[in-house]
Amino acid sequence: MSEALLRVDRAAKHFRVSRSIGDVFAGRHRVVKAVDGVTFALGKGESVGVVGESGCGKTTLGRMLLKLIAPSEGAIEFDGVDIATLSGDALLDFRRRAQLVFQNPFDALNPRFTIKSALAEPLKNTHVPKGEHEARMLEAMQRVRLQDVEAYYGQYPHQLSGGQLQRVVLARALVLEPEFIVADEPVSMLDVSVRAGILNVMREIGEEMGIAAIYISHDLALVRYVCSRTITMYLGMVVEDGPTEEVVRRPQHPYTQALVKAVPTPHLDQSHDELPIRGGMPNPLNPPSGCRFRDRCPYAFARCAEETPPLRQVAPKHFAACHLHDQAA
Amino acid sequence: MAAQVDTSPAGAAAKPRAAWHRRLKQVLPTSDPFAVAGILIYVVFILVAIFADQLATHDPMEILFTDTYKLARSLPPGPDHLLGTTNVGRDIYSQLIYGTRGALLIGFAAAAAVVAVGTLVGLVSGYLGGWVDNVLMRLADIALGIPFLPFVVVLAAFLRPSMWNVVFAITILLWPNSGRVIRSQVLSVRERAFVEAAVVTGASKAQILFVHIAPNVLPLSFLYGSIAVGWAILTEASISFLGFGPSDTVTWGYMLQDAYASQALSRGHYNWFVPPGVCIILVVLAGFFITRGYEEILFPKLRR
Repeated sequence: MSEALLRVDRAAKHFRVSRSIGDVFAGRHRVVKAVDGVTFALGKGESVGVVGESGCGKTTLGRMLLKLIAPSEGAIEFDGVDIATLSGDALLDFRRRAQLVFQNPFDALNPRFTIKSALAEPLKNTHVPKGEHEARMLEAMQRVRLQDVEAYYGQYPHQLSGGQLQRVVLARALVLEPEFIVADEPVSMLDVSVRAGILNVMREIGEEMGIAAIYISHDLALVRYVCSRTITMYLGMVVEDGPTEEVVRRPQHPYTQALVKAVPTPHLDQSHDELPIRGGMPNPLNPPSGCRFRDRCPYAFARCAEETPPLRQVAPKHFAACHLHDQAA
Repeated sequence: MAAQVDTSPAGAAAKPRAAWHRRLKQVLPTSDPFAVAGILIYVVFILVAIFADQLATHDPMEILFTDTYKLARSLPPGPDHLLGTTNVGRDIYSQLIYGTRGALLIGFAAAAAVVAVGTLVGLVSGYLGGWVDNVLMRLADIALGIPFLPFVVVLAAFLRPSMWNVVFAITILLWPNSGRVIRSQVLSVRERAFVEAAVVTGASKAQILFVHIAPNVLPLSFLYGSIAVGWAILTEASISFLGFGPSDTVTWGYMLQDAYASQALSRGHYNWFVPPGVCIILVVLAGFFITRGYEEILFPKLRR
């Protein structure tokens, strides 16, 4: 792998649940392990998709990567520096280099800011010289294919459509010319008809500007379109990590296999087999012992209850956390 | 491909005049007839307060005499004294005019203070949370628990019963209401994505609080301000009626107290005590109408 821009080392986020009277008497603090020991590295300019169902911790992971919340355990390094130690000017520099694209464009812009002031705000906050503002804003707007820039500048967010808003949100991240972007479900709130446009812009950003990106999504098809590498998460843990095409064509973890199978395709002859897994996600307050997926896994056997499977290499650059792939056994 | 769909902003040609009108509608509830009536009542009272010197025919506290050098006591309304005179010969109409100035001054000053304190406390408390929030909210609980009239009586005893002390008392007693509501609004606004977006772009805490959150709770502050004006005027009237009011200003409450103490009621001097009563009712009612109009702007779901 090329030089790593971002290194995540056993990062975990535990949220305390408010205590019931019983908990208080028992002197117990219950925690939800939203993210529980995630390790991966992201190379410069690499785009990675993080997939998993709602509640698997992918959004929490994204927020940790941008220092919006602090990890309870583990470390996150950006360009060789632990982001937990950043403050003052160093933090501002990190803010300039790492940006976020939001899920809901209708809420990501302050309703009382015009588009122009929304775009200028990041530049002002990070002390970009005033002379550069115009040019940078113009360039970002062109990047996201918003022509007729002057007309947009005077408008308020409620006057734009969802697709236009998401482009503005994207432009707002790009004015800072970042090296790393986290996109949290960037198109899930948009009409299908405008998704393709946004996705094309995002693919271009990765390819032409060389921005490393993490796309958080529940949609494998989207990830396949934009990302070269895919990470599957289940209940706060990484269960599979590999090149996207590999993961989609030859998924190695039973959970990824189910996800791939669940993607609807417009072929009428698609087999309508029942999904191999059933039930919903277990209560994250009380996850199963050993492999967290075992109670929904069609292949579960005794060892799965006793031992949490580590990520094992199953093919070049392709890892899966499943006892089925333990060569030694 | 699909990129071209998004290239021209909808309504880009919106005229500046329309925008100006929309702005006005955001600030003033002009669509509700009751609210418009309330605004009109306020406008009239404000004009009266401003031009009190020109409108009044006499000095409100001057003891007047008739042409025959007799005390002009308890005269009925007439061309010389539009609303008659009090039992010691003061011009009621002039008192009413100056009373408007006193009442509005106290009302607006107290409302401004209540809104300023309440908004600041609400913003800080809601955004910082933790022990700051705890301390401020317990203070609010204490202030809410203070019984109103005894507190004012004690305050009047310790400080001189002046207009500013009345404003001070009203502020102490009313800030928790707006503070709590602003706080709860801040709690919801700070969770919105654009606040996080500001964090990601490197905004400081003060910037987030005053540039991003405050403008989004300010309409609520205005709402509480318009409620507070009416409350403050009513409060001042009751304080004055009990005789603890400002001794340096003529207010409607003072007029009522004067009338009550002089047994105007039993003597049938309606021209003395009805006008200030009507004025208090009108101002409070107008405040309520405006508030109602604001509510519809702030919470559009209330519209029928």
